Amino acid sequence: MSEWWTYGPRDLLMFSAQTYYRLFELYNRDLWPLQMLALVLGVVVLALWRRGGDRAGRAIAMILAMCWLWVAWGFHWQRYASINLAAGYFALAFVVQALLLLWLGALRGRLTPTAATRLQQRAGLGLLLFALLVFPLIGPLLGRSWTQAEVFGMAPDPTALATLGVLLFAGVRPVWGLFPIPVAWCLLSGITLWAMESPDFAVAPLVAVILAAGGALRRARARRSIG
Amino acid sequence: MANIPNITRRRLLIAIAAAPLLGPAMGRAQQARPATRAIPSSGEAVPLVGLGSWITFNVGHDRVARDARAEVMRAFFQAGGRLIDSSPMYGSAQEVIGYGLKKFGRPADLFAADKVWISDGEAGRAQMEASRRLWGIPRFDLMQVHNLLVWQAHLPTLFAMKAAGQLRYVGITTSHGRRHGDLAQIMASQPIDFVQLTYNLVDREVEQRLLPLARERGIAVIVNRPFQQGSLIRRLERHPLPPWAAEIDCSSWAQFALKFIISHPAVTCAIPATTRVDHVLENTGAATGRLPDQAMRARMAAVVARL
Repeated sequence: MSEWWTYGPRDLLMFSAQTYYRLFELYNRDLWPLQMLALVLGVVVLALWRRGGDRAGRAIAMILAMCWLWVAWGFHWQRYASINLAAGYFALAFVVQALLLLWLGALRGRLTPTAATRLQQRAGLGLLLFALLVFPLIGPLLGRSWTQAEVFGMAPDPTALATLGVLLFAGVRPVWGLFPIPVAWCLLSGITLWAMESPDFAVAPLVAVILAAGGALRRARARRSIG
Repeated sequence: MANIPNITRRRLLIAIAAAPLLGPAMGRAQQARPATRAIPSSGEAVPLVGLGSWITFNVGHDRVARDARAEVMRAFFQAGGRLIDSSPMYGSAQEVIGYGLKKFGRPADLFAADKVWISDGEAGRAQMEASRRLWGIPRFDLMQVHNLLVWQAHLPTLFAMKAAGQLRYVGITTSHGRRHGDLAQIMASQPIDFVQLTYNLVDREVEQRLLPLARERGIAVIVNRPFQQGSLIRRLERHPLPPWAAEIDCSSWAQFALKFIISHPAVTCAIPATTRVDHVLENTGAATGRLPDQAMRARMAAVVARL
């Protein structure tokens, strides 16, 4: 498109909010009760995170990679692409993230939960619980149908947020290679929701930015302690 | 232009033949058919209000939403509408239009307008063929270069297709008031039949140069974003409709906005988009009854500027 930089997000938005949320409704309806399995996987991630250790880190990475792969295929490619011409690229980015999780987390073991203090541990658990249990409630609390709930492991936003929650306190130092795609997705999702005038547009970007800032802070502290 | 059918007679014959089959809605629509304006290059008359599909028809695989859009199309045709506009840039909109045409049957006088939107000039024909299949029609009436994208490559292809009878009219589009200088140059130098641009009660820059140029060059004008994607109407609806709007047979702000546009003598057709049957009837109804004269147009613009 010529002069693309002169277009704002609202000019480029090619579907209505009604169509967007209906996409989740049909997705949830067609795949029920897969949401329960996704929730179980989320609880397993929580349990592994609490348990800690190298094996737990590798298992978490594998579960998250599986979720990113599923969202790439089941949501972006199969569903979102029917209303968004860019969804094929989103699917590709999600596959790349899954491969990065497998490589850096499952093979190289860099996702070992290492929350040093009780506060950090609680923060990590809180973030995971937010992505698993609170995020799906936001839409219904704002008046959208329960059937349109966005669930971890199936919908992109809670999957990205849960991943960032894990990344914040994983490894001795933050694994920076795993941050860009989830953070970028959360920002993009926020822009999309803003363009649709959804009242919850700020949730995913805000949490993602706080998590990324937390990661940067952790890195700075790690450097100071080394120095 | 040669080989243009006698549209008025054909439409009359169709109406007579179909009269016993018509339901109440169709009967009501027939009492007030939308006014038409001639395409300068051919003299063919098209209703002053058409149907856009940006956002509203991009509903993906959702069967319920597809059926709802098909109902909008049916109401549009029954109310006397003809011109539907889409683009490969509109996601699933072309496919959804095709669904509607298949579900209720393609009206004989459908005026199918679409766009070519691809940066590789060589791939234009393949894209247009893919679009045609999605609509499920034998050929497009109007094919436009979307947002001037590689127009130097696409226009010769479109002229060749027109010469070969693969489409009837050639056009070029812009929106949001962009690239008006380039558009004016193309209008002045290329033998296009149609131009599509943004014009409404608020965005009126085209009145200065492009609309007079279209009249001078004999180019039909399709107007997009008549309601600024709904934001203009939402703003206007906070205020009561002026009582004098009844003098031009306006019953809503939407009709007020549309009558302002289609009363400009250079405008051939405005293409509001909607998801609702009542709105499509309201929009098409704007092409019935009295239209504002120059003084009334000035009054309409002034009142909106104050709100």
